[in-house]
Amino acid sequence: MKETAYWSWFIIAGIVMFVLLGLHMAVMHLTGFLQLFNPAGGEAIAWENVVYRGRNMFFTVTYIILLGAALYHGFYGLRTILFELGLKGQAERSLTVLLWIVGIILFCIGTYAAIAARSLQTVL
Amino acid sequence: MAKSKQYDNHLGILGWLGGGRWGVERYLYIIHRVAGLGILTFFMLHIFESSIRILGPESWNAAMETLKTPVFKFGEFLVFVGFAFHALNGIRLILIEWGLAVGKAEEPVYPYRSSLNTQRPLMVIMMVLAAILMAAGGYNIFLLG
Repeated sequence: MKETAYWSWFIIAGIVMFVLLGLHMAVMHLTGFLQLFNPAGGEAIAWENVVYRGRNMFFTVTYIILLGAALYHGFYGLRTILFELGLKGQAERSLTVLLWIVGIILFCIGTYAAIAARSLQTVL
Repeated sequence: MAKSKQYDNHLGILGWLGGGRWGVERYLYIIHRVAGLGILTFFMLHIFESSIRILGPESWNAAMETLKTPVFKFGEFLVFVGFAFHALNGIRLILIEWGLAVGKAEEPVYPYRSSLNTQRPLMVIMMVLAAILMAAGGYNIFLLG
């Protein structure tokens, strides 16, 4: 991929994250001000709330998009810093390949969890 | 070879310690990087930690109990602070990248005007918003939950 394309996707991923990560932080960490997507009330990490979001198709889809955007944005940023600190030629190419591999593995793990969470049950 | 690579980055990571003559935005740039690296480190762990939910409520609740200890609470707050700063400063950077908030291009007539000064109100607004968000997050994390 061309460097300009890497950069454009980095900006796009940043904007996607501003929306989806903004929502995630509001849901998880501003519970005292807003009770968004926490139907059982209380803490956002309470099992009933986790199951509700896990089974909700909106969250399945947006968690996977957020996962991909965050991994891409984070790894591109790390790559930029490492390049700037003096990597050259083959080292740059190897690092790019390594980050793609690690990123795809982490994406698969997170995506599996997001899909598996669709069948979670609340305890009765 | 890209032109930027003809010059050695001879200060390396030590160059992050000072802002030179570039003003407060240069320090925001350094904090942006440090916050980004911190959030990335957290995020890679977060993928595994949050995946514990698929093992069921016992595993989940046990993990969440561990994360309620003071050290993890403080870490949670640090991540929130890093997020608030990085997100709002990032929006400022994207607006500037698109040529917004830096004024129209003009003839360089003395006394020159720096586009850094043109964007400064946006920088102040973003930092005030970040501070409000950090205070709200801190209140929520330490006092409510």
